[in-house]
Amino acid sequence: MKRLVGLVNVFALLSLLAVGGGTAVLPQMKHEVVALHHWMTAEQFTDLYSLGQLAPGPNMNMVAVIGFKVGGVAGALLVLIAFYLPSCTLAFAAGRIWDHFRESPWRDAVQRGMAPITVGLMLSGVYAIGTVATLNFHHSLRHNLITSAITASVAAVLLLRRINPALLILLAAAIGWFALRIA
Amino acid sequence: MSHEGENGVTPGRLFWAFLYMGATSFGGGVVAYLRDHLVSRLNWLDDDEFIAALEIGETVPGLISTNVAVIVGSRLAGVGGAIAAALGMIIPGALMIFVLGVLYAHLRANPDVGAALAGVGAAAVGLILAVSLQIGRRAVQRLADLLIVAAAFVPVGIWHVSLVPMLVVLAPIAIWSYRPTDRVAAAEYHAKQAAFHARRAAQHREAPPERIEGGA
Repeated sequence: MKRLVGLVNVFALLSLLAVGGGTAVLPQMKHEVVALHHWMTAEQFTDLYSLGQLAPGPNMNMVAVIGFKVGGVAGALLVLIAFYLPSCTLAFAAGRIWDHFRESPWRDAVQRGMAPITVGLMLSGVYAIGTVATLNFHHSLRHNLITSAITASVAAVLLLRRINPALLILLAAAIGWFALRIA
Repeated sequence: MSHEGENGVTPGRLFWAFLYMGATSFGGGVVAYLRDHLVSRLNWLDDDEFIAALEIGETVPGLISTNVAVIVGSRLAGVGGAIAAALGMIIPGALMIFVLGVLYAHLRANPDVGAALAGVGAAAVGLILAVSLQIGRRAVQRLADLLIVAAAFVPVGIWHVSLVPMLVVLAPIAIWSYRPTDRVAAAEYHAKQAAFHARRAAQHREAPPERIEGGA
């Protein structure tokens, strides 16, 4: 019961802190789940986040798996509700009253001011996941070279070409398997 | 829930439409996918209405795709529509990641699966890096913006400072740095914004929708 309350507290707060999208709370989510509450290891968290990019819809649905690991089906449902309900309620309210603020010059100030903060938080997410999945000193140099090459290639392809990232992730799975197990 | 709003769109129809979109929008870019369905295929909204919903969805916290689902659902069919759209958007992906999570728990000790997962993880890092850079190119326009990026990155990313104090301190400074200075500048900015949105809407009408970063 105490663990379920802990889950709800953590994810309800993260819901309201996700400025500019779900990726903004990735670093804090990892820190809370791994270092503060020990619900899973950094490797498990990173694997789940990465697998989550293969599922359709919002890209943070993997929070359900964290909830399941801590509190079974009830944990999964509670985490989904905690993670989506606060921000969705806020979006609903904002949708209703938005027209009153449409002409306010402060609206632009909020949008333009918050954008660099979102970018900084997303880069924190890159760092949080990248220090596990791309550059990880617990792995061999060869392993690190392979993962670095995959990360750099995926980023470069996505910046240069319009291509479905899910396809690249599946291709990277095949390359990772081949490079680390066969070659 | 028999509320029937604009265009005869009911919560039931919203639920099935968003369930379909939630189940088939693979690979990020969910927002562009929503626009394509809601505006071009279903004709439930026009481009301006969609862009207005997207603006709100990006400004309030939360996942952009679910925020847009709530706002569109609410516009078309009230509270029931908002709930139906959000549930439709979330349920398919949540079920799929649930299955992936169970498989993962059983298979992660297998070295072949571990090697494939190493590739998946490295690719996911490349994906967020690319999205961050794409958004950064648009968001960072002055030296001050770069300082704000650093002021968010270092405490949260490196020192694990909680987002609450970081936002309490940094958000007012960042917003103040863009405060409306005088009416002329604000009017000019609005004109530019309007032109930008008109261009974007025109592009959307002509070309297939571009992948909008930040997807979900």
